Amino acid sequence: MSTLTDPPKDSFRLSMLINDTRYRSLTFQALAFLAMALSFWYLGNNLVANLRAAGLNINFGFLGDTAGYDISQKLVEYSNQDSHSSAAFVGLLNTLLVAFLACITATVFGVVAGVLRLSKNWLVSKLMAFYVEIFRNIPVLIWIIIIFTIMTAFMPAPRAFRGDNATATMVFDAFAFTNRGIYTPLPWFSRGIFESQTLNWVLVLLVACGSWFAARRVNVWATAKQEETGERPNTLSMLLGIWLVPFVILMLIMGLSWEYPALKGFNFQGGIKVGGPLIALWFALSIYTGAFIAENVRAGIQAVSKGQTEAAAALGLRPSKVMNLVVLPQALRIIIPPLISQYLNITKNSSLAIVVGYADITATLGGITLNQTGRAIECVLLLMAFYLTASLLISLVMNVYNASVKLKER
Amino acid sequence: MTDQTTNSIAFVADGNIPQSPPPARETGAVKWIRANLFSSWGNSLLTIAAGLVIYMVLSGAVPWMWNGVWTTSSLSECREVLAGEVGACFSVLSERWNQLLFGFQYPSDQYWRPTLAFLLLFVAGAPVLFFDLPRKLLAFTAIYPFLAFYLIWGGTLMAPIVAFLGVAAAAFVFQTYGKGSFALGFFGAIIAAFAVWFVGGALIPEGASEEAMLQAVPSRDLGGFMLNLMLGVTCVSLSVPLGIALALGRQSNMPLIKWICIIFIEFVRGVPLITLLFVASVMLSYFFPPDSTVDLFLRVVIMITMFSAAYIAEVIRGGLAALPKGQYEAADSLGLDYPQAMRLIILPQALKISIPGIVNVAVGLFKDTTLVSVISMFDLVGMIRGPILASTEWAGVYWELLGAAALLFFVVCYGISQYSQWLERRLATDHH
Repeated sequence: MSTLTDPPKDSFRLSMLINDTRYRSLTFQALAFLAMALSFWYLGNNLVANLRAAGLNINFGFLGDTAGYDISQKLVEYSNQDSHSSAAFVGLLNTLLVAFLACITATVFGVVAGVLRLSKNWLVSKLMAFYVEIFRNIPVLIWIIIIFTIMTAFMPAPRAFRGDNATATMVFDAFAFTNRGIYTPLPWFSRGIFESQTLNWVLVLLVACGSWFAARRVNVWATAKQEETGERPNTLSMLLGIWLVPFVILMLIMGLSWEYPALKGFNFQGGIKVGGPLIALWFALSIYTGAFIAENVRAGIQAVSKGQTEAAAALGLRPSKVMNLVVLPQALRIIIPPLISQYLNITKNSSLAIVVGYADITATLGGITLNQTGRAIECVLLLMAFYLTASLLISLVMNVYNASVKLKER
Repeated sequence: MTDQTTNSIAFVADGNIPQSPPPARETGAVKWIRANLFSSWGNSLLTIAAGLVIYMVLSGAVPWMWNGVWTTSSLSECREVLAGEVGACFSVLSERWNQLLFGFQYPSDQYWRPTLAFLLLFVAGAPVLFFDLPRKLLAFTAIYPFLAFYLIWGGTLMAPIVAFLGVAAAAFVFQTYGKGSFALGFFGAIIAAFAVWFVGGALIPEGASEEAMLQAVPSRDLGGFMLNLMLGVTCVSLSVPLGIALALGRQSNMPLIKWICIIFIEFVRGVPLITLLFVASVMLSYFFPPDSTVDLFLRVVIMITMFSAAYIAEVIRGGLAALPKGQYEAADSLGLDYPQAMRLIILPQALKISIPGIVNVAVGLFKDTTLVSVISMFDLVGMIRGPILASTEWAGVYWELLGAAALLFFVVCYGISQYSQWLERRLATDHH
């Protein structure tokens, strides 16, 4: 009869660092650490030597200096006397603006194209397949340039709107499509509760939030009632009231009026100007990414097994209910993770703004500021830090949402 | 009664009635159209809308292309020929074709060199892409990088030969010692390669490039679509091994190595390629030794390779995660050590799963090579935006140039994605 004995307790020998799996990983990690430290030391040494040779240092003080350049598309007040940091902030907001707009429209394009690609209509599904293939296989940079070219080279100049024999006219006397951008009416409050228009808009936003919460309560109540009695009360009129009444009252109290763009001098004044670069970037990003989202949507819908649809139909659900209650909730689980990465791609691709001269953070901080101050290392580091933070935040928010729609497994 | 019934029957069918043809609306083209285009009100509206879109695009594009002018030498001349009619000025393509392909600085009597390198690329790529071909062709694939380098950059033949000898020495050392211990073979191979390069580099005489057989072309003279292809091919082929290493590192149970890989991958994936290209163009030179000059092409290759390696690593990680745990355990129970298990069992399966993802990354990367035009390299887009549209002859020829660029990219990217689908079908070993 054999007995189990403890493995021989050898004293530690140096060869065990290579041959014994218990210690080998330590050896490898020590080696990796050594290699890392050496290469960092080498690169840092080179950096210090190069900086000394060029008479430079790493210093973020330049951010306080006067920027000295103008930005035409801006969300906050900015003049060329402001500092580089406020120029970077304007750029940061512009990046977020175009990314936000493009995410929304890309989702719309993508969902429409993805659903239509599965349509029984041969012509439409082929057309959508064509759209997807064309846009996925051509660089987004080329699309941005093409749409920007359409904006600048084929739209009328503001002076075409002038005079008796004007070659271009404003749409509804309110919208002007020019080669410098699109001008739309600007809503503002003539007797606002607050002095500042921004605060008035914040008030509108707060009221909208209130309506949203109330609407949610109504939905919860309706669901509870349905569970109790089996019949869902009709909440449409209540929801309409909750959304519209406070809004309309607020608008009437504050005196909503519209400021129309008008041709003054060489250009349109007043209204909201959506610059050509912004439109080009926004549209190009959304139509390009829309093609990718269309594929994700199609894959998601196709992944829901046919039995689910048939079972729902056998229960007597109408086709619209089958889609809303059975197919979409299951498809969403598959669609959302790739959708997150498409949103991240939009945010990162918005850095291509620099080719059309849209003042996003890459064009301000990484473009003009970098070239004016020569602070390459600082600017690029700040730029990377911004994009890293933005990417992490977006994926955090979307992962929370993803977790909420995920299959709850027990 | 019976008598009456039998007699009163006027007609008794004594055979089958011949089948009548189906109604006209249920056969052939009519049925197809009804079923596929006009099955309902909504569908009919969609069909009409789609038809209108197609008509609008075609009615604009067809006359424009049909009337295209191919033989003039400037936009004003082209407009004279067109005499006010709608038409394209494709002559910009015929006149500037070489610039679009090779950039505006590559010596024009040497165009055959990149062309030859491009054609040989297919020979070298074939055994990698189609593994039914004889394996002996891989020998050419091994030589190809050095041959292509020599063809495109020219200069002394010694440089690519020394580089090749270094790699050959590394391969030899790995073959000899790698069987016993992977680590020994691997690190020995690296040391051998560097030793050969160091000795060989010292042997190349100073100024050998001047009296070389092929005229030396500096990197800054490269341009056009050639630059896009070179960046795409080089960076993808370099980033696949790097991506595999990163993916394995991320799965490793050594915390330090795992965290180095995670930080690298997440950092690179979190920033846009353009910031990495800024690093290449303005920042990277600070990190090289003060008196060295690493040219922009190499710096860009380094950064793009890092970029795509991070993405490929994530794709391969997905492939590794998709393998059942039993595969790892089976490899362990066979007594294979880590490198053997990876090489023989895990990676072949994981890579097969990852192929579509890797091809997607490759296509994306190839499209992203156009971004180098932002840091003033004259690739295809850079050529169009820079020298050609800025020239006095061709200022204002947008559609023809951008359309040609779009077409070139479409052909390559669509071809790659079709190949990937073919490969997926080819590699599918499960039954459907």
